[in-house]
Amino acid sequence: MVELPVARPSVGAAGKTGNWRLFKPSIDYRKCIKCLLCWMYCPDGVISLSGKGLPVIDYEYCKGCGICAEECPVKAIEMVKEVEG
Amino acid sequence: MSLLEQFPREEYLLKGNAACAGCGPALALRYVLKALGPRTVLVIPASCSSIIAGAYPKSAFKVPVYHIAFAASAATASGLVEGLEAQGIEANVVVWAGDGGTVDIGLQGLSGAAERNHNVTYICYDNEAYMNTGIQRSGATPYGAWTTTTPLGNKGRKKDLPFIMAAHNIPYVATASPAFPKDLVNKVAKAQKIRGFKYIHILAPCPTGWRYDPRLTVKIARLAVMTGFWPLLEIEHGRLRLNNPSTNLLDPARRRPLKEYLELQGRYRHLSEEDLKVLQRQIDEQWARIKAMLRVQEELEDQVEQGQGERQR
Repeated sequence: MVELPVARPSVGAAGKTGNWRLFKPSIDYRKCIKCLLCWMYCPDGVISLSGKGLPVIDYEYCKGCGICAEECPVKAIEMVKEVEG
Repeated sequence: MSLLEQFPREEYLLKGNAACAGCGPALALRYVLKALGPRTVLVIPASCSSIIAGAYPKSAFKVPVYHIAFAASAATASGLVEGLEAQGIEANVVVWAGDGGTVDIGLQGLSGAAERNHNVTYICYDNEAYMNTGIQRSGATPYGAWTTTTPLGNKGRKKDLPFIMAAHNIPYVATASPAFPKDLVNKVAKAQKIRGFKYIHILAPCPTGWRYDPRLTVKIARLAVMTGFWPLLEIEHGRLRLNNPSTNLLDPARRRPLKEYLELQGRYRHLSEEDLKVLQRQIDEQWARIKAMLRVQEELEDQVEQGQGERQR
């Protein structure tokens, strides 16, 4: 039996894409109203939900596009510069 | 209904993929796969998505993907669905193709598959140019838009593929936008319940090719709908229907000014007032056509009803 070279589903098919990021989304949990819009509009699906229903960002893979910050209706997400200089 | 009830938590487009930051097509695909679920086979012609899927031995998609040549996706899906059915295997066979692979190179295969009415869902994610190869103009590039092959702005007009597909008399045609995920997910789910050929066209903003800050992807997708540039509609068994929020946009006064959509994108930066008028006129014509079609449709339905009434007498 020949084993076919079939690609398998893997997280990080393009590596640790968090390294691409220039700005980092930072959630202010005091402002968050748990509307989940950030989770819904994240093109990379890097936002998961904690047991309390709060959004948690996986910085290992977040590319820092900033859509979550733009769409957050209560401005609870701020884009913070990753590196100075 | 809460968001979580409507959108499964399961991710089928896995994180750490090669899509650009803020990719509109990746966002649309994430919703599409949530709507389709695990019993799905994707057929993907040459496109950005072939890259997003990743290189062997890794795949960024949790469903099987059939990579195929540019012109062959609809033909491949036709064979695939017939083969699976012959073996008694139930699965959603779905083509996920870009605008180049659909409105230009894939069109004859698509037309043939639609004519044969195979049980396939064909989804075109339209970022309005050949983005993967370096932003060359496609038949879906709108009037005035800059691309690397239209440095002074595109002189052609965006090909109206949803209505070309509707003219094939297939059971279901729809347009969608990643800014309106509930509408998008409902349409993909609905298509799976209909037997025959289904066509869904998604306008998916591309930060790289449209020249804008990636954080604006959803905002721009929303403005495309709210300005009337991209009407959300479905044509089910020949019957045209507008979907919210486009339902309210038949009245031009309810549409956002087109400028709000254009000024966020670098590809329109050079647009003159004259160009703006041309593009606005094209949009007005599109809506006038939709309005006329809705009216004629009602009249025809009335006539058929009257005819049936008379025959019964």
